[in-house]
Amino acid sequence: MADQPGAAVMEAGALEFRGAEVDLVDERRESRETVGTPFIDDPRMSCRDVNVYYSDNHAIKNVSLDIGREQVLAMIGPSGCGKSTFLRALNRMNDTIDGCRMTGEIKLDGNDIYAKDMDVVPLRALVGMVFQKPNPFPKSIFDNIAYGVRIHGLAESKSEIEGIVEHSLKRAGLWEEVNDRLHQPGTGLSGGQQQRLCIARTIAVSPEVILMDEPCSALDPIATARVEDLINELGQDYTIAIVTHSMQQAARVSQRTAYFHLGDLLEVGPTDQIFTNPIHPLTEDYITGRFG
Amino acid sequence: MAASEKSTIERVRATLARRNRAERRFKNFGRAAVLVGLVFLVLMFVNIILTGYSAFWQTFVKLPVHFDAQVIDPGGAGDPETLGSADYGALVKTSVRSLFPEVSGRRHRRDLGQLVSRGTVFQLRRMVLEDPSLVGSRAEVWVPADDDYDMLHKGNVDRTLPEADRRLSDRQIGWFDRLADDGRVESRFSATFFTAGDSREPELAGIRGAAMGSFFTLAVTLLLSFPLGVATSVYLEEFAPRNRVTALIEVNINNLAAVPSIVFGLLGLAVFINLFGLPRSAPLVGGLVLTLMTLPTIIIAGRAALKSVPPSIREAALGVGASKLQMIVHHVLPLAMPGMLTGTIIGMARALGETAPLLMIGMVAFVVDVPQSVTDAATALPVQIFLWLDSPERAFVERASAAIMVLLAFLVAMNALAIVLRRRFERRW
Ligand SMILES: Nc1ncnc2c1ncn2[C@@H]1O[C@H](COP(=O)(O)OP(=O)(O)OP(=O)(O)O)[C@@H](O)[C@H]1O
Ligand SMILES: [Mg+2]
Repeated sequence: MADQPGAAVMEAGALEFRGAEVDLVDERRESRETVGTPFIDDPRMSCRDVNVYYSDNHAIKNVSLDIGREQVLAMIGPSGCGKSTFLRALNRMNDTIDGCRMTGEIKLDGNDIYAKDMDVVPLRALVGMVFQKPNPFPKSIFDNIAYGVRIHGLAESKSEIEGIVEHSLKRAGLWEEVNDRLHQPGTGLSGGQQQRLCIARTIAVSPEVILMDEPCSALDPIATARVEDLINELGQDYTIAIVTHSMQQAARVSQRTAYFHLGDLLEVGPTDQIFTNPIHPLTEDYITGRFG
Repeated sequence: MAASEKSTIERVRATLARRNRAERRFKNFGRAAVLVGLVFLVLMFVNIILTGYSAFWQTFVKLPVHFDAQVIDPGGAGDPETLGSADYGALVKTSVRSLFPEVSGRRHRRDLGQLVSRGTVFQLRRMVLEDPSLVGSRAEVWVPADDDYDMLHKGNVDRTLPEADRRLSDRQIGWFDRLADDGRVESRFSATFFTAGDSREPELAGIRGAAMGSFFTLAVTLLLSFPLGVATSVYLEEFAPRNRVTALIEVNINNLAAVPSIVFGLLGLAVFINLFGLPRSAPLVGGLVLTLMTLPTIIIAGRAALKSVPPSIREAALGVGASKLQMIVHHVLPLAMPGMLTGTIIGMARALGETAPLLMIGMVAFVVDVPQSVTDAATALPVQIFLWLDSPERAFVERASAAIMVLLAFLVAMNALAIVLRRRFERRW
């Protein structure tokens, strides 16, 4: 928090030549209110006044945001601004971190997911997640994908499981590369292959909401295109929230974009409008490459 | 400013020789340390095997035995009870005397009777009971020599010592030499050491009683301490809230691991024997006491193993909707198992070599019968070694060395098992 005024002063100095405009811009630049359209009708998930703390570190500050049905929401922002933290709050993965506290309200289809009687097991089956770092199980490729299917009892027979495994691998664009070594260790794959394995693992249990934390950061352009196709395809039926550092990717896959800045949600809006005509000066700085 | 003219690569080169030298030095230190360790290990093995291997051999004497019907079965009824209660000692005495008819005088005759093992009496009795038709016949029977003659034959007695410093007199040595010259002495492989329990007579004493005692004790220890230790470490590491109570428990577990083992024996005496009324000297109680002693080791190793499982694996499991228990059983435990097994083996190896806690619960005792269950009176291998080394007979020393060999074999077997198990779990993909 201490560095914010400092940063603002520096920015203000750079903008001084604009003369009379400066005061106005300065004021808007200082503002940490969310601008744009954070709320929509009939949202799949709705977050209100969400705060997340890691012990004393206030990582997410008063974020209110709706995530629409059958839509892809992109979250962008400089490194360390809390995108992963917010994403992990959406399926309560932060519960597993010692010292991580959360206040506010997050609803899925109108049900408070932080309610006392909420069971995290069905929640996480419903709200799947692809992590920032690929984390395959130290098991075979097949078992990596079959695991979720088995524990939730989603398949009646072995052949059904095999069908799901194949289908998931195909959608994640990995089938061609691994179909002849399904029973070899998943940890023996390359980094990008591991990430696609994790995507396949997540979609194998057919979650209705999918949270993706920089799923393409370790992928080459071809695999990235494959995953983006998958996101576009899934976005027809499912709710997707994706964190990305690539503006182009956000533009290609998402309908709405949210810009996070040092724990604050500064701006939410339709993707094309955010990239062509941002409201908040800091959003503009970020997408034009002046920040982060 | 000569320094600034040097390029990076030149500076690196300048330090390179020093760094390489340091590395070589370290490697050589390591090799030397390993070598010293190996030398001592080999010395220990050679020493133990050299003193102990002869315990598997026993000197036998061929006796001309007359199964005198007058002595065994004067009535001629032939019923097992009469046959069993006959005075076989007299048969042995007669037969030894028949080899040395010239010996007279009570004292010398008594010495003569002690030429062969006291077990001979039971051997003859067994022969007659198995085959009553022997009664009345004559036969040449190989019987174990007494331990002092056994030692003499194995060359463990210094004949040049003054007579007073030896356990055998010149006359006794003379008898034995005459037997040997007559071809009546032979050294044979003897399984007695592996099949018999303890005995006052070294030539009749075996390791089986102590080995079974150790086996039962360790079985109880393993069956209790492994599941308990794993469950405790999983609960403390994964489920227990982090608060003062669990912090206190953690400190106390660490303390328990450092408590001298004899204290656990005192606890076992007070709780298991005096309070619960469990039998004294029983492997069951020994196992319980050693469980108390081993548990902290297993718990500490188990927690360290659980801590070392990467958090990303946990997140992956929870992320697809596994419950906490599923996450632990399917993913965390398999990865933590090698570490847990290592801790268990270290604990069990320590338990195997422990004598002090057994002292308090009466497992340091002279037990002749081989225990058949966890409630029979028993000793353990290290106790047996201690008891034998404490005996005055020279023959017990070789038995003790042989017992150490058995103890080491136990250890090697346990470690081998641990390595096999660890290999299975360590297929880390
Ligand atoms: N497990 C944790 N414990 C403590 N602090 C954390 C933890 N994870 C994140 N933080 C802190 O929370 C803030 C937000 O982190 P977060 O990982 O959400 O950033 P991010 O926007 O995802 O960044 P990136 O784009 O680099 O992934 C950072 O200041 C970080 O130091
Ligand atoms: Mg992140």
